[in-house]
Amino acid sequence: MGDLMSGSWPWYVAGPVIGLFVPALLLLGNRQFGISSTLRHMCAATVPSRAEYFNYDWRGKGLWNLAFLAGILTGGFLAGYLTGPLQAAISIDTQAALSGMGITDFTGLAPAQLFSWERLTTWPTLVALVGGGLLVGFGTAYAGGCTSGHAISGLAALEPASLVAVVGFFAGGLFCTYVILPLLFL
Amino acid sequence: MTDQSPQTREPGIGWYFILGGLFGFVLIKAEVVSWFRIQEMFRFQSFHMYGIIGSAIATAAISLFALRRLGVRTLSGVPISVEPKLLGWGYRYWLGGALFGIGWALTGACPGPLFALTGSGLTVYVVAVISALIGTWSYGYARAYLPHY
Repeated sequence: MGDLMSGSWPWYVAGPVIGLFVPALLLLGNRQFGISSTLRHMCAATVPSRAEYFNYDWRGKGLWNLAFLAGILTGGFLAGYLTGPLQAAISIDTQAALSGMGITDFTGLAPAQLFSWERLTTWPTLVALVGGGLLVGFGTAYAGGCTSGHAISGLAALEPASLVAVVGFFAGGLFCTYVILPLLFL
Repeated sequence: MTDQSPQTREPGIGWYFILGGLFGFVLIKAEVVSWFRIQEMFRFQSFHMYGIIGSAIATAAISLFALRRLGVRTLSGVPISVEPKLLGWGYRYWLGGALFGIGWALTGACPGPLFALTGSGLTVYVVAVISALIGTWSYGYARAYLPHY
């Protein structure tokens, strides 16, 4: 157990634990595992809007989602502060590819050269954080789900719609990796 | 609210908070939230992310099959139901999915990880969280003009 606290978890431990959230939430209250709908609930709860999309009972539909999200924030905090420095040991090939784009610092969970307050006013950081954030929010709302809702819940339920969505996720991700990211670091 | 007799009350909201906490913890400890790991995944240079997503789907699928087969009810006695999704031509899934995919590769995070990363101390990710909220809000207005099915 000590190893699970200090080190990083191997895929064969983390994957099944993540998968168990699907039955756990169904058993707890017939809730479908998915995170992106929380963004919709947060919009519905905070910004007065005439758009039909935000006019619904967000407390009834989404209070559990918001509690789950508050938990994610707290769990992230605990993992970040209680268990020592976080470091992803990525493959040599990926390090080489990223070095070719100018990313040479592989410490932490995200490159400080791109994701730091000091860099916030530079174009690559603005595109990655603001542009990326906008696309995450818009895309998941349009697709009706994200990695948790479509890739895990949806594929586990053998939903053809979720398979189409996951193919879309990868098409977009590959386009960004091979076309957009290299342009960012010209 | 729906008809809830005293015996069949829903479990408190605190349980969802605890489950979310465990989820956020796992996301960080398994490096699912790492921008580097997402790059590694989109470059097909490691099994790590595929192993996690694949074994998560398998675990969820087997659990779901068992719950349905056994006709299990929730803790408050409601039958478990998973609503099927309409596909049609699937515009919303491949168009929305591809837009999200670009955002996923740019930020290195999907919605859950955005919050887990912010909590873990990478506070600059709050910029991505706010942008994601603006993105969802924009969709609410653009919705009527977009092809869905």
